[in-house]
Amino acid sequence: MHHRPARRTRLARALAGLSLACVGGCSGGVLDPAGPVGAGDAAILINATFIMLAIVVPTILLAFWIAWRYRASNTKAKYLPHWSYSGRIEAVVWSIPTLTIMFLGGLIWIGSYQLDPFRPLPSKSPPVEVQVVSLDWKWLFIYPEQGVASVNQLVVPAGRPVHFSLTSASVFNVFFVPRLGSMVYAMPGMVSQLHLQADKPERLWGTSAQFSGDGFSDMQFEVQSVPQRDFDAWAARARGAGPPLDRAAYAELARQSANLAPRGYGSIDPHLFHAIAMGAIAPAPGPAPEGQGHAGREKTPEGRR
Amino acid sequence: MFGKLDWSAVPFSQPIPLITSVVILLAMLGVLVLATVKGWWPYLWREWITSVDHKRIGVMYGLLGTLMLIRGFADAIMMRTHQAMAVGGGEGYLPPEHYNQIFTAHGTIMILFGAMPLVLAFMNYLVPLQLGVRDVAFPTFNSVGFWLTASGALLVNVSLFVGEFARTGWLPYPPLSENAYSPGVGVDYYLWAVQISGIGTLITGINIVTTVLKMRCPGMSYLRMPIFCWTALASCLLIVAAFPILTATLAMLTLDRYLDWHYFTNTAGGNPMMFVNLVWAWGHPEVYILVLPAFGIFSEIFPTFSGKPLFGYRSMVAATLFICVVSMLVWLHHFFTMGAGAAVNTFFGISSSIIAVGTGVKIYNWIFTMYGGRVRFEVPMLWSMGFIFTFIIGGLTGVLLAIPPADFLTHNSMFLVAHFHNVIVGAVVFAVFAGLEFWFPKVFGFRLHAGWGKAAFWLAFTGFWVTFTPLYVLGLQGMTRRLQHVNVPDWAPGLYVSVVGVAILALGVAAQIIQLVVSIRHRDTLRDVTGDPWDGRSLEWATASPPPFFNFAVMPDVEGEEAYWDIKRRALESQQLGPEPDYAPIEMPLNSPVGIYTAFFTFVFGFSMVWHIWWVAVAALVAAFAGFVVFAWRDAHEHEVPAEEVARLDRARREARTALLARLPREESAS
Repeated sequence: MHHRPARRTRLARALAGLSLACVGGCSGGVLDPAGPVGAGDAAILINATFIMLAIVVPTILLAFWIAWRYRASNTKAKYLPHWSYSGRIEAVVWSIPTLTIMFLGGLIWIGSYQLDPFRPLPSKSPPVEVQVVSLDWKWLFIYPEQGVASVNQLVVPAGRPVHFSLTSASVFNVFFVPRLGSMVYAMPGMVSQLHLQADKPERLWGTSAQFSGDGFSDMQFEVQSVPQRDFDAWAARARGAGPPLDRAAYAELARQSANLAPRGYGSIDPHLFHAIAMGAIAPAPGPAPEGQGHAGREKTPEGRR
Repeated sequence: MFGKLDWSAVPFSQPIPLITSVVILLAMLGVLVLATVKGWWPYLWREWITSVDHKRIGVMYGLLGTLMLIRGFADAIMMRTHQAMAVGGGEGYLPPEHYNQIFTAHGTIMILFGAMPLVLAFMNYLVPLQLGVRDVAFPTFNSVGFWLTASGALLVNVSLFVGEFARTGWLPYPPLSENAYSPGVGVDYYLWAVQISGIGTLITGINIVTTVLKMRCPGMSYLRMPIFCWTALASCLLIVAAFPILTATLAMLTLDRYLDWHYFTNTAGGNPMMFVNLVWAWGHPEVYILVLPAFGIFSEIFPTFSGKPLFGYRSMVAATLFICVVSMLVWLHHFFTMGAGAAVNTFFGISSSIIAVGTGVKIYNWIFTMYGGRVRFEVPMLWSMGFIFTFIIGGLTGVLLAIPPADFLTHNSMFLVAHFHNVIVGAVVFAVFAGLEFWFPKVFGFRLHAGWGKAAFWLAFTGFWVTFTPLYVLGLQGMTRRLQHVNVPDWAPGLYVSVVGVAILALGVAAQIIQLVVSIRHRDTLRDVTGDPWDGRSLEWATASPPPFFNFAVMPDVEGEEAYWDIKRRALESQQLGPEPDYAPIEMPLNSPVGIYTAFFTFVFGFSMVWHIWWVAVAALVAAFAGFVVFAWRDAHEHEVPAEEVARLDRARREARTALLARLPREESAS
């Protein structure tokens, strides 16, 4: 899919280095991609910026040059009080933005197809399946093949694509690992798809990129990209180590809470994800009616739900 | 008896909203007492509150927008300072339930109660004057529209001290905004406030469309209308097309919340994504509703201060209508990341960036308007040049966000926040200030102090870039918006710099207020006696400053694209005004209290619906409707201004013009 990711990545890194606040070593942003999807997205972002700068910078300079040249105090500039039309200039001013947008339109067309989040990544190894459930206010990651699950901690094998299926138990959230690239909404009653890959073992971080309520600010999760060996070892260790993720454990987890430390589940209910997505399990509850007393909340149990 | 309303709705335990409410209440009380003691009420009632004069209504829209702009800016100061204090383990001073209300209120107020009224102020004031007519098509309807917008604004501000405002973001996406996840009254306040003001906006939109289509003065063909009228027409066509979508969408959410329906719920077949789809089908045209009149304002300023006609008038008209149509076809770019698929994303990505063709043409045409001109860098021109620079950068980042793979990295990030402030502040707010400096002498009869105006511009321009440049960088570092606290300590420097920017912006606001005070104090030296302080080109400069309530003693007869410029050139060549016209009596609409009456009861209705006080809601609705019925059965709706009165007022204007003519040199030979 990306023929020259290495060069693009270097360019992206160089630009990331330029951004001011990164001077003191930063936590890694979208211009510092750690995988092919992020590199592809960032390359389009940077290419499009340069294409547009090629038009924008001369236009700004032209604007200020003309304004200065024809200032009222400059008697050398010729005054043309009736000049208000020129077919040639009109043709040029319609053409410049049109041609630029045609060029960018091509970029949009090709980019949208190549980097469609639903599209599997080309790879020799089959993707790892991860089911993602956004909850108020934490992330649940279910590994159906490994039979384990974790909260606020995502472990993936480096160099191998990961296929995420995403849904939400309550409200909208966006699953986003900035350095891996494309983000996608997690929405109740729907399953969205996302294919990402981390190139090498690294510690990354992810977040929700859609405001989801009072605990939203803590909807971050750690992402560990580890060698395949370590991934297998992690899954084996997790199996049996934690409590089972059955319906009761899920119901407990689904209640509103924030800032949960990463935790694991030793076994899973294999139908849990689809039960959540298809509404077989009731949506996660919102705030308790009399919780956090603030004005205007429903105070009576017969309050509408 | 009082539904859900009781004393717990007043935030006695929360010092920030409590103190703010008390200060606002005292200020309002002070104004009321002052007006009573000074005996201003009869004047205010007669000349302003019940006035159906488009100019008075325009000024009141401007006042409302300015007050709300200041309220929204106060929210912005709190957001930026709080976030800078709540980074890397800091706690800040606003708990989530309060911070979330503030960013919701900031967005809602700035767009719907700040920018919209300000843009409508210019349209209301200028369109009839520029078209050479005496009022809008439906003057009383206009008053109803304004007062409904004002009562929506009041409802938002009441939520500060009775209950709470929505904590969902300025577009309340379900399911978060459904009862299950937002059981409080905040979303209800949002729904009724926006719904009521939305109806007001729709009324004004219909009014201006009708005015432009049906009420131009003799000779004012479509292709002779000033560009501002074209942009007002395009903007109001969008209002008429898009606001009903908002009304319907919010009505569906209201039914979900009040009657347990399931349009957008998680359960029983509701589809929350449909809300997102519908609300942006209004939300994106809304951006162009705001920005097109801003383009119109700049299109009036560039020719005037360059001393030559607008370059490529017909291109400008075409570009305006092009943007008007295409802006209805781009809304999906707000949710590329919901996984619509490559084909859909491609279509909306390309349609969104195509808008840049229209805006690009406009920018080149403004630049070439200056070519061959004699550019005077008065304050309106400074704002316009600041706009060109700021808006081009905002356009660049906008096209980036229209590219789906780039949006996959920047959706909902601080980069997005920086982008839309870049275009909305850079275009709409800059246009409002440019237009304020430009038309203030027309409206109030004296100019604004230039020195303080320049100071305000430079502070606002610098403050803007210092505030938002760091947000672009933070967005690229992965920082998302609406964070009540920021867990990544590396983002602290950017947030600190942004606070410095807000401080500079605050100085700009102060300079603007000082400018107003200084100008009022020196109004005699700044007086505009001629009605044409800037050497203007369109018909509003043909009347006195401020214009008489009937605008024009006789209807102008337009013979070219720049109606007033032609009249002026004829006068300069012949060294005299045209012969004195035959003055005839003028029919003008009567004042009407129906606007404020209806809006008052609509406010009561909205407030009672928020708190589930059903009996008051029903009574208020009946009362509001009764107002319309009584108004519909009126016997008289116009009064006649006698010809002598018209002649007396117009002769004064002609004397001032003749005196001006004697001072001016003969038509310059450069032509």
